[in-house]
Amino acid sequence: MSDLTRMTAAELAGTIAKGDASAEEVTRAHLDRITAVDGKVHAFLHVDADGAIDAARKVDAKRAAGQELGPLAGVPIAVKDVLTTRGVPTTAGSKILEGWRPPYDSTVVERLRDAGTVILGKTNMDEFAMGSSTEYSAYGPTNNPWDLGRIPGGSGGGSAAAVAAYEAPLAIGTDTGGSIRQPGAVTGTVGAKPTYGGTSRYGLIAFSSSLDTPGPCARTVLDAALLHEVMAGHDWRDSTSIPQPVPPVVEAARRGMSGDLTGVKLGLVTEFDAGEGAEPGVMAAFHDALAALTKLGAEIVEVSAPHFQYALPAYYLIAPSECSSNLARFDGVRFGLRVGDDGNRSLEEVMSLTREAGFGAEVKRRIMLGTYALSSGYYDAYYGQAQKVRTLITQDFNAAFEQVDVLVSPTTPFVAFPFGSRTSDPYQMYLADLFTIPTNLYGGPGISVPCGLSEGLPVGFQIMAPTMADDRMYRVAAALESAVGTLTPPSLEG
Amino acid sequence: MTTTTLPTYDEAIAGFEPVIGLETHVELGTNTKMFCGCPTDFGGEPNTRVCPVCLGLPGSLPVANKAAIEATIRIGLALNCSIATWCRFARKNYFYPDMPKNFQISQYDEPLCVDGYLDVEVDGKTVRIGIERVHLEEDTGKTLHVGGATGRIHGATESLVDYNRAGIPLVEIVTKPVPGAGALAPEVARAYVTELREVIRGLGVSDVRMEEGSLRCDVNTSLNRPGEEWGTRTETKNVNSLRSVERAVRSEIIRQSAVLESGGRIIQETRHFSEETGDTRPGRSKETATDYRYFPEPDLVPLAPDPAWVEELKAALPEPPRERRKRIQEAWGLSDLDMQSVVNAGAVELIEETVAAGATAAAARKWWLGELARRANEAGIDLASVGATPAQVAELQTLVDGGKLNDKLARVVLEGVVAGEGSPTAVMEARGLAVVSDTGALTAAVDEAIAANPDVAAKVRDGKVAAAGALVGAVMKTTKGQADAKTVRELILERLGAG
Ligand SMILES: [Zn+2]
Repeated sequence: MSDLTRMTAAELAGTIAKGDASAEEVTRAHLDRITAVDGKVHAFLHVDADGAIDAARKVDAKRAAGQELGPLAGVPIAVKDVLTTRGVPTTAGSKILEGWRPPYDSTVVERLRDAGTVILGKTNMDEFAMGSSTEYSAYGPTNNPWDLGRIPGGSGGGSAAAVAAYEAPLAIGTDTGGSIRQPGAVTGTVGAKPTYGGTSRYGLIAFSSSLDTPGPCARTVLDAALLHEVMAGHDWRDSTSIPQPVPPVVEAARRGMSGDLTGVKLGLVTEFDAGEGAEPGVMAAFHDALAALTKLGAEIVEVSAPHFQYALPAYYLIAPSECSSNLARFDGVRFGLRVGDDGNRSLEEVMSLTREAGFGAEVKRRIMLGTYALSSGYYDAYYGQAQKVRTLITQDFNAAFEQVDVLVSPTTPFVAFPFGSRTSDPYQMYLADLFTIPTNLYGGPGISVPCGLSEGLPVGFQIMAPTMADDRMYRVAAALESAVGTLTPPSLEG
Repeated sequence: MTTTTLPTYDEAIAGFEPVIGLETHVELGTNTKMFCGCPTDFGGEPNTRVCPVCLGLPGSLPVANKAAIEATIRIGLALNCSIATWCRFARKNYFYPDMPKNFQISQYDEPLCVDGYLDVEVDGKTVRIGIERVHLEEDTGKTLHVGGATGRIHGATESLVDYNRAGIPLVEIVTKPVPGAGALAPEVARAYVTELREVIRGLGVSDVRMEEGSLRCDVNTSLNRPGEEWGTRTETKNVNSLRSVERAVRSEIIRQSAVLESGGRIIQETRHFSEETGDTRPGRSKETATDYRYFPEPDLVPLAPDPAWVEELKAALPEPPRERRKRIQEAWGLSDLDMQSVVNAGAVELIEETVAAGATAAAARKWWLGELARRANEAGIDLASVGATPAQVAELQTLVDGGKLNDKLARVVLEGVVAGEGSPTAVMEARGLAVVSDTGALTAAVDEAIAANPDVAAKVRDGKVAAAGALVGAVMKTTKGQADAKTVRELILERLGAG
């Protein structure tokens, strides 16, 4: 039998359904792979081997009983540690939640379990999803399988690296400003941010409520689409969830795989294509991919999005503002870390000491930024103004989508950078999300798909679609994948 | 502060004009909490009515309770407010352990209902109280400080939090400032809260019990010299009864007047009313204003009540209590004073239902405001909880009217009813309390009395009919009060040939 860990999720599901391998065998192969390489990669914060074997055996029993299996039954998956898993540690990459075992499953995790996927464990991330490199994880960074001295992207670097390192064929990420797509780009994997409201936030430990979106990570576009369909759909427990059917993303991916994009209009954002801040190698790979897409029949149309230039500053007002409120509940009273409760200190002191010890520097920075932006007298100038920018950016997207089917850009301006090279200047780190943030502010879907290498490191190609038209981006992504192929990182053995 | 002698109320109000304002919180009686499915029943073991949402666990999200939104709109409509066609919840951010998320989901600059009024009667005059806004929010939990001497946070060794109440829907009703009430300001404040309570009770959306905290009231008071601008106001909290509303305004007027008369300055602050002393004390909160950093709640979608639905709710509103009282007063033929006592006793519905069950208004009023009100007072409970239903009271009166019970026996039967022994008829039969109407048995008792009192009988025979009273008394004694005195008297006169 070929190496189970090298197979795609679609192949594994077929293998299990046919009985060529049991779900338990598939799961054990991936657990063995984690044991072998995660010491180098550090993609996981918690591996739930017992839970995974149990889940796999249930799928095998179901198959033995002749019951019908879902499209991803028995396929192993890694879950970003920002989604609650009942009884399984969930830290959001923070010391303040060390040891916390949630009493409930997030909706996404519940749907994964119902579909028979096998949850291997929880993946590393920047603390509370704030960062673009996993360097802000309280549990140490994840290393990029392409070069262990470089960042795997963030915040969902753990999920992307786990998939790139063949520790899991699939992973769940969450994308607030690019946290699925940018790690996908720098690890040579596929990462999709669905339409905001297309996937449930219930059980997602909130960073920025109006932006956070769970989505799939995979090695192929089809696998991402298969996972997308399993995890998406309306959830009454999330009031911002959209009560509409899931866009037909799997069908779209299969259609795209045929390699025909005749009549599809790709919008090239002129403001992005100026390439300001983007590495020449990244722009070169991006333009090669554009040429490949043209050969498949796509038409390139230049479109202007004049307000995209304000996206980054608007994002750094909205996201910290919401996070300053969302993170207020971490006070040591009801769950998680409690510091200084010696019987003498006041409640206020204990809360304060807990937050001082439990939060990392980047989280504190954003809480302070947000607290300031929301304070009386500054609200209109900061939060209010940022919301206006958000409206203008949405108008830019709407205008563009009257001309074209999707918008395209590089996913991130630079390839995986060495550890420590951007931590001293927050702005340099924030630039990693320059191309991904507009989509979050608009609420539409975006996907990153590998399009080649620059300096031997993966480059991501981003496709953005109108809200609830996630299928469009999958079609284009699958077509591009059929043209340029998937990327394989160097071996981690030896 | 020096302890100067405070002026009397009349002295205090003589030189000033008060402006009052009231903020009232009403806990809605919905089955479930505002943003989760936990039950709202009162009095469960601590932390048994909780879930990830109302505990604010990481990852949990709120879902707005439609029944609470409907109740709030109905309150707004009953208070003559405009209902927003689009509005949002907002987060009010501050750290406090009884608030699970360290923010409260409330409404800020986009409330559900705005700009209404409520008319109240004070001293025979109608006073219109403007309503600024009615909005919906979630309640907090309750913190219990143990180990200290005072039960307060200071000196306590442990703080325990019960989150059962956290997330119960709370409606906040804020009045516009009420100037011009003059010396009647305390009465106006009380009349407003009383009337508001009646309105909300009539809507059936809350039990509005001040003693249980399902209706809470903060009172704002300021004083100014006639013709001058309004003064600095204070906010008095912990006002837990209708009587306290009146007392709180009165004592704050007296205190502020003393401060101003002595050349002092009123500080804008929160004060706490003391039920024991009847005065207000400064709150422990710091003087710096809290910045709540309000912003629109991103976890909830905006509310956009369908105007057609709002119209339906409006059309289905019950008759306003004030109009209803007027109608009832006329129908019952009560004086203003009598009607006032019925209202004050909280007996309007009870009497109405008793009348509906067949009693006359006069009889119903007699029982509810007499015997039953006395029992409720003694037990310190609401009249409605006294243990007798309107149907039972009506039945009791039917027994009296039909001659089966006299007044004295009826009171004994009512005692049995209140004690839970069953319906008036059942109690009467079980206790053998019916009036003895069997003339055979009565005649024997009458003859016995005549035989035992020959002197009295002789006087009656001689025409001194008034003397028959002694014989009636004797018969009543042997029949243990179960005879109808009038019948007994007739029988005696008949036997003695004096009829
Ligand atoms: Zn609850």
